[in-house]
Amino acid sequence: MSLQRFVLKRGLLTIPLLLGVTLFTFGMVHAIPGDPIDFITLFAELDAETEAEIRAQYGLDKPVYIQYIDWVLNAAQGDFGKSIVTRRPVATEILNRLPYTLLMGSMAFAIAIITAIPSGIVAAYYRNTTVDQISRVFALIGVALPNFWLGLILILVFASWLNLFPVLPPTDRGLLSQDMIIYTLLPAITIGTGSTALLMRLMRSSMVEELDKDYVRTARAKGLPERTVVQKHVLRNSLISVVTVAAIQIAFIISGSVVVEIVFSYPGIGRLLVDRVGNRDFPVIQALVLIIGVAVILANLLADVLYAYLDPRIRY
Amino acid sequence: MAPTTPERTTERGRIRISGFDPDVVASREPLSSWTPELEATEGKGRLEYAWERFKRNRLALFGTGVIVFMVLLAVFARPIELPDSLPVLAGQVIQPFSLAPVSPGTQDLINAHNPPTLENLAAWPPSPLGIFGTDWAGRDLFSRVIYGGRWSLSIGFIAVAVALFIGIPLGSIAGYYGGKIDEAIMRVVDMLYAFPFIVLAIAVIAILGRGYWELVLALVAVGWLPYARIIRGEILSVKENEYVAAAKALGATDRMIIIRHILPNAMAPVIVQATLSVGTIVLAAAALGFIGLGLSPASAEWGVMLNVEQDSIARGRWWAGVFPGLAIFTFVMAINLLGDGVRDAFDPQGDRTGSGGMR
Repeated sequence: MSLQRFVLKRGLLTIPLLLGVTLFTFGMVHAIPGDPIDFITLFAELDAETEAEIRAQYGLDKPVYIQYIDWVLNAAQGDFGKSIVTRRPVATEILNRLPYTLLMGSMAFAIAIITAIPSGIVAAYYRNTTVDQISRVFALIGVALPNFWLGLILILVFASWLNLFPVLPPTDRGLLSQDMIIYTLLPAITIGTGSTALLMRLMRSSMVEELDKDYVRTARAKGLPERTVVQKHVLRNSLISVVTVAAIQIAFIISGSVVVEIVFSYPGIGRLLVDRVGNRDFPVIQALVLIIGVAVILANLLADVLYAYLDPRIRY
Repeated sequence: MAPTTPERTTERGRIRISGFDPDVVASREPLSSWTPELEATEGKGRLEYAWERFKRNRLALFGTGVIVFMVLLAVFARPIELPDSLPVLAGQVIQPFSLAPVSPGTQDLINAHNPPTLENLAAWPPSPLGIFGTDWAGRDLFSRVIYGGRWSLSIGFIAVAVALFIGIPLGSIAGYYGGKIDEAIMRVVDMLYAFPFIVLAIAVIAILGRGYWELVLALVAVGWLPYARIIRGEILSVKENEYVAAAKALGATDRMIIIRHILPNAMAPVIVQATLSVGTIVLAAAALGFIGLGLSPASAEWGVMLNVEQDSIARGRWWAGVFPGLAIFTFVMAINLLGDGVRDAFDPQGDRTGSGGMR
């Protein structure tokens, strides 16, 4: 199977999944007991005429399946309706916050990759030595650390005791200002630690597996320098599984950001989601849950395609 | 991997014959009432081998010890009384011990935010403010942390138990019957898997509202997915075995086949996942408590305690944040050690450091 056909086949499989996610997000709001209009008007007493008007305005007078189709079609064009709390378009609210989350997430991802891969390689190459043991202990700790607690401790140490960072994010300086990027280091490290631990152990075990294979012995036997053996042969093969799992880590980073943004009062979409759950602002909640679900599906698609590209055996 | 060999014995085969003595046969009276006894000793089951490997895993035993210790601390933190709703036994004390010096709700505003000091620690009788310090309302943090285990741990164990009760039947049905039922169940699982754990739980809480059982339900809504997936995969491979066909031929019902013949052979990965899940669930419950969507702000749940002290921690009151977080960390770490041990016991090959059931 050619790569194009694989991508096409795998892509078609995501369509029912995407439909399912839209159905869930739409159905979520309709599962709440009570009339949706009460959440829009905040339980105000209305005369019949105004109520009918509001129902028409929000499309609540139509049958449910029409509402669903309307909602999906509008969402596909980036129109998620208006927030109940601020009465501003949901899309604007999310777009204001999204860049911050993307900045934090990409920094977390970069930190995880930069630290996990070299340390995993070292742990595998010097396996069963002290170095390997230390990396194992670090991984055990990194996986069990609650990320919000790690964040609080980082704030305590670096912002409160050492005064290296401000306690609150310097949002007024703009997204890509130096201050903001430096501040974002703390939440990024907080989120990245769990991913680092996972990826490091994965890198180690997949490299240990490759190091035991026959072609490595052949390469050494024909007198290739150790550096070439590791870099050209072992590393390339053992990176395959790490790259695909790294793509799946995107979902992990998204869920991490929800909690960590609360710790650091960071103005991203995770904090928006939590704030609006408190206010029962369902258009915003719906839009965010949908966007996150779609992002994870696309990340999984990317992981599969990457795997198929790197390891052609998978396509069959 | 080499097949696991049973322990070497000098006996041949698995049937040991006892009570046989050639001399007795030779010298016995022809019409005595003596009958020879044949005794079959059964081979060791998978569980026994797993238990033997588990016993040798010191890290796993340490993890188990820590969990037992934390559970005991939570149970004996304060006396337990039967609820007043019971007709006769209302108010009866069923657990009289009290390890926590004061009730977790006792406020003492004059002593708010007292740091733990060596003086207090050395004082006798032990000062309630001595060990972990006090929080913003002057409540003793030591009492709150050990009492808080009741919330976090019970949520963890209950949610996993309920999730097993949902995931195993649905996964079994999907795997055993296949076809349209399988498609329907597994598409729902795939769809829910598209949401990260905490986001799906938040969505469920957005619908249900906050509270203890709402929180458990939200965690169950996410928690059953892995069991359904694992048990389905296991059943797909187990159901091809001859003994299943034999049971069918003997007229066993589908339910009997699943419960008696298939499930016992498919349980090992589920047990591993369930163990690791307790940690994930406790972590998620604490995270939800921390972002203010878990239990009520007054409760002593560990995540909630961190939430209410968030600002004080940023102002340098380290004791308010260190101890509740340390409790979560210790528990999750212990569960991961135990879970890794259980996995190695069932499946000795492989070297995977605990992912803590994370996805």
